[in-house]
Amino acid sequence: MAQLSSRGRHVGRPTWARALWAHGFFYSRVWKGSVTTSFLFPVLYLAAMGVGLGTLVDHHTHTVGGVRYLDFLAPGLLAGTILQVSVNESTYPVMARIKWIRSYWAMLATPLSVRDVLIGHLGWAVIRGVMVSSIFLGVMAVFGAVHSVLAVLVVPVAMLASLAFASPTTAFAATTSKENGFALLYRFGVIPLFLFSATFFPLGQLPTAIRYLAQLTPLLHAVNLIRGLTLGRLVVVQNLFDLAYLIGFALLGCALADRAFRKRLVV
Amino acid sequence: MTTSPTPDALVIAQGLEKTFGTFRAVDGIDFRIAKGESFGFLGPNGAGKTSTMRMVACMSPFTGGSLSVLGMNPMTEGPQIRARLGLVPQEDTLDEELTVLDNLLIYGRYFDLPKKVIRERAAQLLDFAQLTERRDDKVEPLSGGMKRRLTIARSLISEPEVLILDEPTTGLDPQARHLLWDRLYRLKSQGVTLIITTHYMDEAEQLCDRLVVMDKGRIVAEGSPRALIAEHSTREVVELRFGIDQQAENASGLHDLAERVEVLPDRVLLYVHDGDATVAAVHSRGLTPESALVRRSTLEDVFLHLTGRTLVD
Repeated sequence: MAQLSSRGRHVGRPTWARALWAHGFFYSRVWKGSVTTSFLFPVLYLAAMGVGLGTLVDHHTHTVGGVRYLDFLAPGLLAGTILQVSVNESTYPVMARIKWIRSYWAMLATPLSVRDVLIGHLGWAVIRGVMVSSIFLGVMAVFGAVHSVLAVLVVPVAMLASLAFASPTTAFAATTSKENGFALLYRFGVIPLFLFSATFFPLGQLPTAIRYLAQLTPLLHAVNLIRGLTLGRLVVVQNLFDLAYLIGFALLGCALADRAFRKRLVV
Repeated sequence: MTTSPTPDALVIAQGLEKTFGTFRAVDGIDFRIAKGESFGFLGPNGAGKTSTMRMVACMSPFTGGSLSVLGMNPMTEGPQIRARLGLVPQEDTLDEELTVLDNLLIYGRYFDLPKKVIRERAAQLLDFAQLTERRDDKVEPLSGGMKRRLTIARSLISEPEVLILDEPTTGLDPQARHLLWDRLYRLKSQGVTLIITTHYMDEAEQLCDRLVVMDKGRIVAEGSPRALIAEHSTREVVELRFGIDQQAENASGLHDLAERVEVLPDRVLLYVHDGDATVAAVHSRGLTPESALVRRSTLEDVFLHLTGRTLVD
């Protein structure tokens, strides 16, 4: 519990935790719209593509990557959803809090520092990753697409992936002055990654050059890890590399976001 | 101005500078603000008022000189200082999707106040800001005056020792301005130190014990409103209006009647001690202005005299 000394100096929750709390509080007031979509999206996709399209695929090729199409697709979609949510949380909302509703400036007039504001934002993106991946896993279980107890580790992987996706996006949102850049980010970043990161089909289906290109992008590594966990089929060397890649990407993203926030908010 | 530290000075700036690249927004200013004082920064747009406020609010690092706020260094003790300040920024930074009460709650939590304390204070502050009836309404549809009042209420949730207001009444209608002045006056009488920027002269005269006039990043005058008027203007001003394009011609014979004569496109201003006597003297010289107005000298005269009449964008 927070203590107030006689001089009004505050000892208690760390300042970054106050910023994080504010995101949660805000969400608790406006969550109703988003929760249906977080349930609906996995249900609709898994029903249409996993079951509908999957039946057709399985009929022709028997298995994809050695498993039913639904089992192959579901973890890919889960990772893709984390990407979308992380990017959504870090584009317009970040620009709005800097430029439009300016709530970051309100936070900076209080004991909070620029780094607290950033930690609050990225921490919230990570919490959203937990929420989204838990819901998605639950839906997957209902569809019978979870095949290993290792699947519980999807949640920490989702946290790491959320940070890896949210941090560079945040750096971009805090650097760009116009929102036009976001449309380009979705068109040439999010959508191609979503389609070509072994989400819908194995990487082996792609030409060699594109396969190497895909190795450089972060979503593929999240897909590899999450798929390995829900299928219970980990490939140690590959998956350790996936993990290292995501950690490296997240660290780089955080450093860039920190620099961008400092440049934009300390003037 | 002495350089020895006074225990009563809450803010001490010496040679304070803020540069953005090659632009000197604040160009070496000295001021000290005492506890319980109501201190104003007056100046045209671009004078450096907001930059100064942001430095005092420990939101913007200074690039030269020295600054002490509440006896601490803003560069190293920003969070501790900000915990004891309230800021009303020039542009509202309210969460418009949240309710009036939630805005107070979320802000109070930045200061780590317990929710119970925030709720108690919020009830008083909403009463103070005349927003009690809008407590559970979203902020977005509120009027500009209401949002301003909410911003002030929000800045008071932490019971700050110093309240910094950056153009608190810009864009408000006269009723809303007078209500705000009344509320600020009450705060001052409760012992809150007020630091106000404004370009409204009447606001400065109403609210400030002492003020500085800033122009192009520098302080060009300092004192109480009354002292500034006494120093930089005369007791009264006579405004004579002659026919179109006849101002200069008619003014040429009046210089000996006033301490200073200013010819404007539409009227002639005579800065004098006794306005009625001057008007009589003008008439006795056979001049017949279309209108002659005698008024007391205001801070506006001081301001325009010091910063010039050229429009600043």
